[in-house]
Amino acid sequence: MTLELRNLRKTYTDGTGEGSVDALSTINLTVREGEFLSVVGPSGCGKSTMLRIIAGLEQPTTGAVFINGEQLEDPWGRVGFVFQEYALFPWRTVSENVEFGLELKNIPGKERRRKALEYINKFGMGGFEDTYPRDLSGGMKQRVAIARTLITNPSIILMDEPFGSLDSQTRNALQEFLLTVWQNSRKTIIFVTHNIDEAVFLSQRVIGFSDRPGSIKLSLEIGIPAPRDRTSADFNRYRKEILSFLQQQSTAGR
Amino acid sequence: MNYFKEKSRLLFPLLLLLLWQAVSTLGLLPSSKIPSPVQIISGIKELALVGLPSGSSLFMHCFESLLRVTAGFTMAAAIGIPLGILIGWLRFLRNMLTPIIETIRPIPPLAWIPLAILWFGIGFKSAAFIIFLGCFFPILLSTISGVLSVDKILIEAAKTLGAKEKKIFLNVLVPAATPSIFTGIRIGLGIGWMTLVAAEFTGVKSGYGLGYMIMVARDIQRPDLVIGGMATIGLMGYLLDVALRKLEARMLQWR
Repeated sequence: MTLELRNLRKTYTDGTGEGSVDALSTINLTVREGEFLSVVGPSGCGKSTMLRIIAGLEQPTTGAVFINGEQLEDPWGRVGFVFQEYALFPWRTVSENVEFGLELKNIPGKERRRKALEYINKFGMGGFEDTYPRDLSGGMKQRVAIARTLITNPSIILMDEPFGSLDSQTRNALQEFLLTVWQNSRKTIIFVTHNIDEAVFLSQRVIGFSDRPGSIKLSLEIGIPAPRDRTSADFNRYRKEILSFLQQQSTAGR
Repeated sequence: MNYFKEKSRLLFPLLLLLLWQAVSTLGLLPSSKIPSPVQIISGIKELALVGLPSGSSLFMHCFESLLRVTAGFTMAAAIGIPLGILIGWLRFLRNMLTPIIETIRPIPPLAWIPLAILWFGIGFKSAAFIIFLGCFFPILLSTISGVLSVDKILIEAAKTLGAKEKKIFLNVLVPAATPSIFTGIRIGLGIGWMTLVAAEFTGVKSGYGLGYMIMVARDIQRPDLVIGGMATIGLMGYLLDVALRKLEARMLQWR
């Protein structure tokens, strides 16, 4: 399942039609099947906009998204999305949240529940199936959100700074967890982050956005075999390269 | 500790009643205008046992009043909640109806009484209609604002999970707006209950109703019975709200 973005542009116009802001300027990108790709870049550079366009939450001004060469018309339910704010339904228990996508497919209640429990246990949340989100920690909420997305079996999972509001210990744990999920499911993942360490730790490839209007200025294959050691010289070399790229972008934007 | 707190909440009102009784006993209050708590309590007893007019017991008055409120309130909820959800969901409906709603809303329910009598005559229907008006707007407006304040990200999450319009409406919008709808129901019932008594002042056909009872007590110059009726109204309004709050806590466990 190759994902292709062809000549993607996004311009926001305000209501009067006078002021307009270019958010994305011509994005061309090919994501390999099963690839773990991270996107870094200055704040407001359009990384999230790109994800939202792929997910069908926004329309591009020009260009289109292709999957296996075919234009992606109806991404809802086929492209998963994990939000920084978790976006769990607070009135549903953990299990009911995970079951949501199956409910939409009219899968009968018993089977839904069975499948959801399987995911909940696999995600280390056993015993919490009947808990409401209000009683979960941030890390647990994000696990539930990932399970809720994964259970619908999307071909691509988009993650918009999913660990951005977690403390660093929880964050590291969830990164390890996500790697396991990815290795077992071999989904294509596009992962937006501000955290360089996270990008190097997780990704096969990191792309860097320029300041607004965003365009891809860096594409870096991370050639470190798993498991990756965050303190190794190799790791640091990649980290340094991305850091200096980001610094260039922020001075260019001044 | 909690037990003590519960008790201490009643302490101040009790002290106030005692003070009132003391002032009355000392003859500082004209009992023909402001009867003492003891007189009022015996008045309530009389209302319950003898009835006013004689034979029409307090219980029956309460029952009839509750019936009218239930009728008006149920109608208000049955129309207000679905309409509110639709208005919140559909922008064109909102633009179309908001000016009308905002013009009718400031008209006090009591100002509708003459029209209600012209339409429905004196009796159950008129009273229920007035109560309906009292309940309707708080329920409608809270529902609209509940739908409007639904976190957009929940709708987006539902979309990416494959939900279409209808499912988003039923599975996201409605449950997300429920707390706000409940607030509207509680405010609506409170206002409906207040409106009821005034509606009953204009007359009832059945010969029952707390408002009607109070008017009879005034006609026979019995302030103890008037205040006794008022106290009953207050207490029942309070109990209704407690019951609703219990229901709310049960239905919205997730909060």
